[in-house]
Amino acid sequence: MTDHHRIEGIAAPMALANLDTDQIMPKQFLRGIDKSGLAEGVFHDMRFDAQGTLRDDFVLNRPEYAGARVLVAGPNFGCGSSREHAVWGLQQFGIQAVIAPSFGEIFYSNAMNNRLLLVMLSEDEVAALIADVEPPGRAAVTIDVAAMTVQSATCSARFELAPRHRDMFMKGLDSIGASLAHASRIDAFAEQHWRQYPWLKDVARRTRSRLSA
Amino acid sequence: MSARTLYQKLVDAHTVLRLDDENVLLYADLHLMNEYTSPQAFAGLHEQGRAVHTPGQNVAVVSHIIPTHPVKVRIIADPASALQASNLKRNCDRHGIPLFDTNDALQGIEHVVAPEHGMIRPGMVVICGDSHTTTYGALGALGFGIGTSEVEHVLATQTLVYRLAQTMRIRVEGVLPLGTTAKDLVLMIISRIGAQGARGYVIEFCGSTIDALSIEARFTLCNMAVEAGARGALIAPGPTAVQYVLERAPDIVGEVREQALAHWASLFSDADARFDQEYFFGADGVAPYVTWGTSPDQAIAIDAVIRLDDGPGVADPASAQRALGYTGLKEGATLQGLPVQHVFIGSCTNGRIEDLRAVAEVARGRKVAAHVRAMVVPGSGAVKREAESEGIADILIEAGFEWRQPGCSMCLAMNDDVLGAGQRCASTTNRNFEGRQGRGAITHLMSPAMAAAAAVTGAITDVRTFAKQEAVND
Repeated sequence: MTDHHRIEGIAAPMALANLDTDQIMPKQFLRGIDKSGLAEGVFHDMRFDAQGTLRDDFVLNRPEYAGARVLVAGPNFGCGSSREHAVWGLQQFGIQAVIAPSFGEIFYSNAMNNRLLLVMLSEDEVAALIADVEPPGRAAVTIDVAAMTVQSATCSARFELAPRHRDMFMKGLDSIGASLAHASRIDAFAEQHWRQYPWLKDVARRTRSRLSA
Repeated sequence: MSARTLYQKLVDAHTVLRLDDENVLLYADLHLMNEYTSPQAFAGLHEQGRAVHTPGQNVAVVSHIIPTHPVKVRIIADPASALQASNLKRNCDRHGIPLFDTNDALQGIEHVVAPEHGMIRPGMVVICGDSHTTTYGALGALGFGIGTSEVEHVLATQTLVYRLAQTMRIRVEGVLPLGTTAKDLVLMIISRIGAQGARGYVIEFCGSTIDALSIEARFTLCNMAVEAGARGALIAPGPTAVQYVLERAPDIVGEVREQALAHWASLFSDADARFDQEYFFGADGVAPYVTWGTSPDQAIAIDAVIRLDDGPGVADPASAQRALGYTGLKEGATLQGLPVQHVFIGSCTNGRIEDLRAVAEVARGRKVAAHVRAMVVPGSGAVKREAESEGIADILIEAGFEWRQPGCSMCLAMNDDVLGAGQRCASTTNRNFEGRQGRGAITHLMSPAMAAAAAVTGAITDVRTFAKQEAVND
């Protein structure tokens, strides 16, 4: 069962450090103008060999991890490029949560904005979780978002999530709409800001006009 | 008011309102866009029937997918990429957003184009859907990368829901040794603190070494701060930065100039400001640095050997072994003398005029090794034109380098500049990730001078041996 309070499913271990977004979503899948078709790109060069054949030894290709909903990864998962395609692709592939000791900062924000749950646990807890889900048939985990707990065969861990991020995940807030509710404050701020720092107003437009003249 | 860091001053000056303990609504003075991380943001905006809040503080550049073949009129052959470019133009036209399009003489990499025309000014907040936006700290502007959802947010509101960062100060003292550059310094720092050593932090660089760096060298340093996981990088804007900006921003004159100078003079961390983390490095420890693995913290000095027991880049043994397997190297090996098949010079890290001058200095009177393909991709049209007028292009062409059109090119290989499996490349770029420059291709990050030395010798070579020769010849 899965909803935005609870994620239950198979967890696949990927115990590498610094799994960057270039590996999560290689360049050749970044050429679209919409978000579609990204499931194919997820971990492409790890999932497929150079001839395009599935690599049997890659964790997400192994039958016991078919339909995995959770990844358990090493530190700094999602570092590198800002490409949000990495998050869209993971979700299109069926991943609903990633558990790791730490995450790349831009990736973290991207995930929160798309309701891909990121769970930060200590290195020891992640190691224990990986040990739990590596033997065949023991890969089921449950993440209770409201209670902020992770449960596997033998591990039970608590995680933290900023109140804003928990709300974003559970309720799916329209962040832009919320900011636009402050439109008059933004406009008042901009007026004051430009009075104080007039050299910052419309700098792109003014520069482009000067260069085109 | 209590003592504040430069970072806190910049955040305070751009806070529209505080949202909660961790987040503020942060105002963006400038929002840069490219063709590949903005389309879905515009689509989302249109779906919701929302307008662009402040078009004049947004600017777009075709940079990532553009081919760099040396032709006069550039045509993007790949249909999907061509659509990204035409879609960007359509979006910019629709909303009145300034654009540097495919065949604009000033087109280039966003992080090269924006500062060279005076768009980046001290004290700004600059946001872009590209992780290397940290570059602008070189001018005392808070720059950072965002994802596409946030691009849409900035388009709609000219603000961002911004999670406050922690502060880190990195002090570097002393004179950089002959033959070393800001690139070597930043690779050394990343190798010491790790690919996530600055995760969650905005770094402020300071010290006599930093003060002595040119603005272009500071761009290189701040650009790669993100490879240590930093959420931003800052250098307090002193006379060097002020001069750089005033030379490029003819609109800042008269009374406004006086106002600006007074404001910029206040952009420093107060003497007793507290940082959450501090590091110190001596410049005398800097040597030409080269990466050996697939993470930017897997770097060593050219005269050192690869060790698996030292440093954050090898903290995870399985990842370190995987990296060695990928790059075809072994523990205990040196990089010196390792043959390369390719040399790439360019990118937002090292595609500016000073970088090309450094390459020309090594290349002058020499030839690219017979088995090497060496490409030079200037960071922008303006850089290219300058290099041509200084005679740099002639020197490089004479030496056998390919002199190409500007763009991101083989830094991330989103266009048709892609390396084949097993190709080893000496590269002035910022990421040595698996497959970054092409599936199975091996990237060794290094300075422009080191890349030039690799081109003419055909192998990774200590450029200091060249410098010594030249000193003797002089």
